[in-house]
Parts: sequence; structure tokens; C-alpha cells
Amino acid sequence: MVAQESHGHAAPQGFIRKYVFSLDHKVIGLQYYFLALTAVFVGMFLSLLMRIHLVWPGASLPIIGEIKPETYLALLTMHGTIMVFFVLTTAPQGGFGNYMLPIQIGAPDMAFPVLNMLSFWTTFLAYLVMLSAFFVTGGAPLHGWTGYAPLSALQSAGPGEGLGADLWIISIALFCVASLMGALNFITTTLDMRAKGMSMMRMPLTCWSWFITAILGLLAFGVLLSAGILLLMDRNFGTSFFLPLGTINGQLTGHRGGSPLLWQHLFWFFGHPEVYIAILPGMGVASQLLSTFSRKPIFGYKAMVYAMLSIGLLGFMVWGHHMFMSGMSPYTAFAFSIMTMAIGVPSAIKTFNWLGTLWGGRVRFSSPMLFAVGFVSLFVSGGLSGPFLAQPVLDIQLHDTYFVPAHFHLIMGVAAIFGIFGATYYWFPKMFGRMMNESLARWHFWFSFIGTYAIFMPMHYLGMAGHPRRYSQLTEVTYLHPLMPLQKFITYAAFVTLAGQLIFLFNLFWSMFNGEKASDNPWEATTLEWTTATPPPHDNFGGHTPVVYHGPYEYAVPGAPHDYVMQTDPATVAAH
Amino acid sequence: MGLVLLCVIWLITLASTYFFIAKTWWMPAGVSSSAAAIDHQFAVTFVIMGIVFVAAQMALGYLVWRYRDQGGRGDYSHGNTKLEIIWTTLTIILFVGLNLVGSPIWAAERFRPAVDNATRVEVTGMQFAWYFRYPGPDGKFGITRPELEDPSSGGEAALGLDPKDPASKDDVVTGIMEVPVNREVEVILRAHDVIHSFFVPQMRFKQDAVPGLAIHMHFTPTETGSYEIACAELCGLGHYKMHGILKVVTQSEFDQWIAAHEAEKQ
Amino acid sequence: MATFTPTVPAHRPVTSRGDRNNLPPIPGGGGDNRSDSGQPDYRTRLRRARLGLAIALTPILMLFVSFTSAYIVRQGLPTLDPNTNKVVHDWTPTPLPTVLFLINTGVLLFSSVTIELARRQLIRQVALQPVQSIPGVSLGTEIEFPWLGVTIVLGLGFLTGQWLAWRELAARGFFVATGPSSSFVYLMTGGHAVHLMGGMLALLVAGTTVILRRPLESRRIVVDVTAWYWHFMAALWIYIFALLEFAH
Repeated sequence: MVAQESHGHAAPQGFIRKYVFSLDHKVIGLQYYFLALTAVFVGMFLSLLMRIHLVWPGASLPIIGEIKPETYLALLTMHGTIMVFFVLTTAPQGGFGNYMLPIQIGAPDMAFPVLNMLSFWTTFLAYLVMLSAFFVTGGAPLHGWTGYAPLSALQSAGPGEGLGADLWIISIALFCVASLMGALNFITTTLDMRAKGMSMMRMPLTCWSWFITAILGLLAFGVLLSAGILLLMDRNFGTSFFLPLGTINGQLTGHRGGSPLLWQHLFWFFGHPEVYIAILPGMGVASQLLSTFSRKPIFGYKAMVYAMLSIGLLGFMVWGHHMFMSGMSPYTAFAFSIMTMAIGVPSAIKTFNWLGTLWGGRVRFSSPMLFAVGFVSLFVSGGLSGPFLAQPVLDIQLHDTYFVPAHFHLIMGVAAIFGIFGATYYWFPKMFGRMMNESLARWHFWFSFIGTYAIFMPMHYLGMAGHPRRYSQLTEVTYLHPLMPLQKFITYAAFVTLAGQLIFLFNLFWSMFNGEKASDNPWEATTLEWTTATPPPHDNFGGHTPVVYHGPYEYAVPGAPHDYVMQTDPATVAAH
Repeated sequence: MGLVLLCVIWLITLASTYFFIAKTWWMPAGVSSSAAAIDHQFAVTFVIMGIVFVAAQMALGYLVWRYRDQGGRGDYSHGNTKLEIIWTTLTIILFVGLNLVGSPIWAAERFRPAVDNATRVEVTGMQFAWYFRYPGPDGKFGITRPELEDPSSGGEAALGLDPKDPASKDDVVTGIMEVPVNREVEVILRAHDVIHSFFVPQMRFKQDAVPGLAIHMHFTPTETGSYEIACAELCGLGHYKMHGILKVVTQSEFDQWIAAHEAEKQ
Repeated sequence: MATFTPTVPAHRPVTSRGDRNNLPPIPGGGGDNRSDSGQPDYRTRLRRARLGLAIALTPILMLFVSFTSAYIVRQGLPTLDPNTNKVVHDWTPTPLPTVLFLINTGVLLFSSVTIELARRQLIRQVALQPVQSIPGVSLGTEIEFPWLGVTIVLGLGFLTGQWLAWRELAARGFFVATGPSSSFVYLMTGGHAVHLMGGMLALLVAGTTVILRRPLESRRIVVDVTAWYWHFMAALWIYIFALLEFAH
């Protein structure tokens, strides 16, 4: 891989080398982005079917027919898996990170371009394997994205738990390998390829977020891979890592001695850092956008960096909060709960700092900014349900109820997504040389902001009322019947919100060809990507290497000719 | 646009808060001895988080309107370290303090075993029904063997109760869980196949039932009545319909009910 | 609604490396040390490759840390024996083919020595390259000892030896699913073998750079990285062997 690093030659010719097996991080970034784009529409479609079945369980849909309870669970499993892995772990890091990290630090490419290309194609392969689970005998697995054993470890535990579950595991294993390759590239690039003057503490917060996310991935995905291997062995080779002595449908399973809790420990040791992997890049983007569009330096840059580092570190110490009701020792639960409350602190600091950035600013309401503001609102809403779940004594009531999906959807399923949207509207001009349509962007924002609140805020009430998760229908448990009107409201909100996403899809592709031509720095921003041509040339900076003189958020500098000083501007106006 | 954002954010905040305060969809009334303490901790958390929620959202809405671009330059400020230290310290105290305040309740519920004279019920989950077993007059649960399980027969056979074990003779297996009021109930949670979870909202009680483990927990019902048990851990295609009934009755009603079941076994 | 319209022309800053007069000091970030051809220089590439390797070893370590924690947890795991309604521990250690493992350990350690010799051989060759290009200077026509080739052979020897060890285990009646302990023996040794095969692949790539006469620097980097990886695999094997042999 080292021998093939060659940026000095001319850009590759030919369609295959330019667009398919490209070594250019910009092309690879776009490949990741468009993979995530298809995945998010698949994931949204699955959730649409779920919402329809919940409120009209007997309905027969065109082509699909009637959705059976087990099908609902398969939809649920694949929705979660595809969204968490192929959208939230792909677009922010693989997509924007790949495209922008080298440029923002002044490098001509990633450290290992061949590895970068391989990591995309492995992710793509993983995606195909995941989708194939729908089409095999038994269909996709029904054990949830968390895949708890023994449900996931016994082929006869339900429909879809045969070949479908094996494909699911293999896909995730491939995804682990791809992510690890990507993490390797991100970390090496950040540590070793920054331009002259680009110290770590002058990097944009987006770069910090991608760097810390990569470290989290580096440490966490190996554990998921190990869990997946053990699960495959239990399912296919007769081992009993996770399987105790037991029966299924009255038949002995043939296993003995294993522990279902072991799966949970291994999975959540990965799973908790994973959710921080999903949100950190969004936090980085939010910081970037809030500063740029408030025309003011980010409030407390150092604190923001330390907060992200703390979130990363603490993120490895809280996994047990997913297991308060699991049969784990209550003393261990207490320890995990204290750590979990602690991890709320750096998130709070970041929120205060975002508000502090707005204070005294000159806010410009361009579309990226709308999504950044939306991000903060949604992050606050989603984050504040955390302290409920973090207390074991309250988790008794709330665990495995709709309160939990309310919490994680607001953060991952909306705030992180708003991070992706904000980044899209922000960097689209640089990537494609055209502006996205602002009116359509506004429509998209309002549909999404109001729509997602309408979907996920009511889920808190459902959770308080005791509505369990992962129920395919409300018909059997009688205390759920009065909650049906609320579920209907959520479904209608979902229809409207999903329809609003089509506005984005249209805007994205239409603007690529018909958008107003963009200048090199339409947002008057300071970071390195805005110093280079639009779109950037093959080696990012057109033959010369940038030299950095300032920090990334030098807005409103007194005495400067404009209200922004670019990082590469040698003018000595501020000593930062 | 700033004003519109402010209005929308404030409206969403106020609307959501309203439904939390009005408790339009809420926990059912708690009827266990721990309910009061748990509900109090809920209330404290709601109040504190509610204040933070409203304050943060209102501030966000206000700031984007108040500091909209009307010309001129913003403040050239990189932050305020003293302020950072203050609000970090306050947040730590608030968050950790909140947790510590609720911890004694958790300790009371989970750090101690059940009392000696608790009503003991073994609760077994299997795809997709709950079975309840009482030890009978001898106070001992008979041995169950997985190879003897026969779910189609229901009752003792579904649990794989070993007829050769003398302790099994007086074990009563039912499809409905009945317990006397105002007396601690010790549940011994088991599962045969996959993980299930025993959840009774009114009792403020939930615990996963894990294959390979026998988990001992306790709660004390304080009012008679019929309460629905919902399965709260994804267990397969029938997860949504795996519910049961917990009936809390007077001591004498309970004694009669058990005696009647014992008599049936003769 | 105050909105921003992009009418300000782009600001093209100075980015040359030479103009340093009257400028604030430049901390951090050394740049890429690229030559005019755009390729980063040899020293940078070596440093970067080694950094990449160090980072790459971390998830491999995490994988085996994860296996280890599962191993330790499983050993102590009490399980409910429904036949007696009692909690029992059902772990029985697997008798290992210790002699075979010891031989394999020796082979692997020896291969570590040989690949280290190959690595140093290349350091010497790279260092001497400028000298050799001086007309009229010759260092003799020494045929360099094929340390790399020897390592490949030893690596194959190790893998064969592990396969024989597996056959020995099977002959004694211990298969993957025989018991919890045997599952871990196959898992850990198998996982290590898979990663070693990756190392073998890297060795073969290193070998082809020799045969294909790639630039000496590139060869040096490939062999250097592969050597460190190989040493890590040796250390990992010793750890696994010790864990299985003593912590049961």
C-alpha cells in the first residue's frame, strides 16, 4: 500500500480509475456519501412500513401484501442496522470526513489512498450482503439491531434466524473490517499530514471530531468483530459462548454453559462508543457551522476539544447502562450509572458553548445554519432524556419502552442527520461548484424540524405510559389500546416528514446540474477548503501546499479588512 | 427568519412541556411499596430536566433572533474560561447529585434479598407465554429438566417438572399469577429459550428473565386488583402478545386459591 | 429575514513556503515534505507506514483482548443446572498438544530473528545505495542471504505445525464444540493463524518487491512494516500459548 502512494502524477484518466476504483479521497468520500444516501432511503422506507403496520396491522399493501408480526420485526432489525451502520457510521465519517479532512488540514490526500479505496468497496460489499438477507429463505433476521442471544444465536428461534441472520453477521463483520481500515487512515492522516502551521489546536473542530471518532472506531470495532465471530460459531459450529442449557419450542438446543449476558457485554462495549461515533462528527459540523454563520469564533475552542475527548474516553466506561435490567449485578449497575451521568457533562458544556457562540454574533440564516440551529435544539431534547435512563431506579420503568427510541432517535435519528444535512448544504458548493436551492432547502428544513419533533416527542409519553419496544402491534396487551391515537399521530407525522425528504433528494440532484454557480468561498468562511478552487483539483491545492497562520474560527477580528480572516492569510491581525 | 425560528422552537418546547405537566399519557398509578419513592425521583428529575430543557430551548430561540445579522461585526471573543469552569462544576453537581439522590431507592430495591416470609413465585418465560409456579406447603420448588419440557401440554409439563422429585408433588403451576396484598413477593425469574422480561407498570417492576439464570427479585403490592404483565425484551415473533395477568388479592383469598389448586392435584 | 447572498469574491491567500518575513511564528504541523514530483520523501513514507502499522495493531489487540475477556468470564461462569437446581461451574481444561506448540513457538521465534535480519539487511542496502552509485566503487558481488525467503518458509512451517496441533487435538477427541475450553483453544489459535496468514501475504508482497526490483526504498518500507507486524504476531502467539497453558 505504501509503494503505490503517488500524488505527484497527473490525475487518473478513464472512467473506471476516475470514478469507480478511484484513489482520490474526494471521489471516495462521495462514494460513501451516495451509499449512505441510498441506505437512508431504504431505512426510511422500512420505517414507513413499520409505522403503517403498527397502526393498521391487518392492512394489505400493494405488492408487499400483509405484513406479519415477524416481518415487522425483520423490518425493525434491518431499519436499525442499516441506519446505524450504513448511514450514521458512513456519511459523516466516510463521506464528509474522507472528502474534507485532508483539505481542511492542508494535505493532498489521505495517508493510504489504496486502503481508502478498499475500505469503501468493503463497506459497499457489506451493504450488499446486508440487503441480501431480505431475499434468502426465511428472510431478514428479527432479533433487533442489538442481536441479543439466544434469540440471535439459535437458528430455530424464529423466521429469519437462519441464513438471514448469518448474512447479517457477515455483513457486520465486513463492515467492522472496512471501518477499521478507514479509522487507520483518518488517524495517520491527522497525525502525520497536517500542513505547516496547522497544529492540532488550529484544526477545525470537524477535524477533531473525525479524529476522535476514528480512535473510538479503532478501539470498538474489533470487539464487535469478536462478538460476531463468537455468534457465528454458536450458530453454526455448535459452540456455546452465549447459549446456556435450554430448549426452543420444547426441543433441547444441544448447547450448554454459555452466557447470554456475555453477548450483551461485548456488544455494548462496542455499541456505546458506536453511538458517539454517530454523533461526534455532527457535533463537529455544528460547531463549524455555528461559528461560520454567527460570524464569530467558536466559544471555548479548547473546551470543545476537551469535551469531545472526554466524551470519547468516558464513552468506553458506560456500556453497562444498557444492561441495568439484564440480570447484571446491581452494584455494577450503580457504578455504570455514575459514569453515565458524568458523560452528560461534556455534552452539556458543548451545548453551552454553542449558545455562547451565538451570543454576540451576527447570525446569517443560510440553509446550513438552519440545520445547525436545529441540531442544537434536537440534541438538547434528545440529550435531556438521557439522565432519566441513566438512573437505574427510573430505568426500571423506562427500559425497553418507547422512551428509549425517543431518546436515541432524537439524537441519532435526527440531530446526527441534521449534521449530515447541514454539512451537505454547506459543502455542496465546494464539491459540485454550484449552490443548492435555498427555497427548497428552507422547505426541507421546516418539514424535517417540525416533522421529527412530531414523530419522536410523543414517544416519550408512550414510554411513560409503559408501551414496550419492538411490539409489532398494539392489539393484544390491553393497556396499550388507549395509546393508539398517539401512535396514529406519529404515523401521520412520519408520512409528512418522509415526504419532505424528497424535497432534499430533488434539490440535491437538480442543483448539481442547474444550481447557481458557486464562487470559491460563498460562505466567507475561514478554513482551508475555502482557499482552494471549486471543486478542488486532484491534489486539493493546485500544486502548492498551504501554510497556516491562524486558528480556524477567526471571525469578527478587530482591525481586519473583512469580518473573517482565512487560516492561510499571512496578515498578522491576531495571535491565534 | 430569526423570529420564525424563535417562535417555532418556543412553541414546540411549550407544547411538549405541556403534555409532560398535564400527564396526558402517563404511568398508571403505582401500587407497590416502592412506587412512592420511584415516582418522587421521577418528579425531581422531570422538574430539573424540564427547567434545563425550557431554558436551553428558549435561550436558543432567543439568541438566533436577538443576534440576527443587522450589520456590523460580532464580538471577537474566544470564550470565557471562568464561565466554563462555573457551568461545568454546576452541571457535574447537578447530574451526579441527581443520581446519588435516587441511589438509595435502587439500593433498597435491589441490594437486599427478599424477606423470609415473602410469597415465592417462580416466573418462567418461554416463547410466548408466562408460567407461574408456587412451591406449595413444602416450601421447595421441584426440579425441572429441560428434556422433559412439553409446551403443548401446558402446566407442569411445559416447565419440564420432574415427577420423580418429591418436592414437585405439591408445586402448583398456573397461567395467572396470584399474590396476596401487602406482603413481599419474591419472584424467581427464569426463561427456557430466549431472554424475556417481566414488566408490570403499576408495580414499578421490571426484570429480564435470562436462560441459564434464576434471578431473584422482590416487590410488595399494596392494592388489590388485576394488573397486566407485558414482556419487555424482544423474544421473537410473538413478543407483542406475550402478556399475563397479575392478580393481587387478600391473604385469605390467596390461601383459598392455592388450596384449591393443591386439591386439584390430588 | 436577513439572509446571506454569496457576492463577495473569493479570497486567494498566499500559500508559498518561502515568504516568512514579518509573520507570526508557525507552530505545529510540519507539512508533508513533498519533493517537486509531489511524492513525499522516503523518510516521511517510512514514518507514515510505521505509524499506520502501530495504529493497525490496536484493533487486532482489541480483538484478542475481547476473546481473552470472554475466556476469563466463561471460565468462572456459574450456570444453573436444572437437574439439581444448583449452580455449578462446568469448565474443564483442554489438554493441549504442548510439545507441538512448543516446537511451533520455536519456529516462529526463529522466523522473527530471520525477518529482523532481513529488515536490517535492507537498512544496510539502502544506506549503501548512494555509495554504490559512485562510478568506480564496488562493494563486491556479494550475494545477499535470502533472509526473507527463509522467513516465508518458517512461516509456512509454523502454520503447518499449527494444523498438526489441531489434528492432535482432534485425535484426542477435542473439537470446536466439545466443550467451552476447547472452543477457545480453536478460536484463539485459529484467530492468530488467520492473522499470521495475513502476515505471510505481506511477506510474499515484500518478496515480489525484491523480484520485481521495485525501488530499494519502497522495498525497505514494505519489509520494515512487515517485520514489525511479524514480531507482533510472535508476541501475540506467546501470549495466547501462555494464556491457554496456564490460565485454565
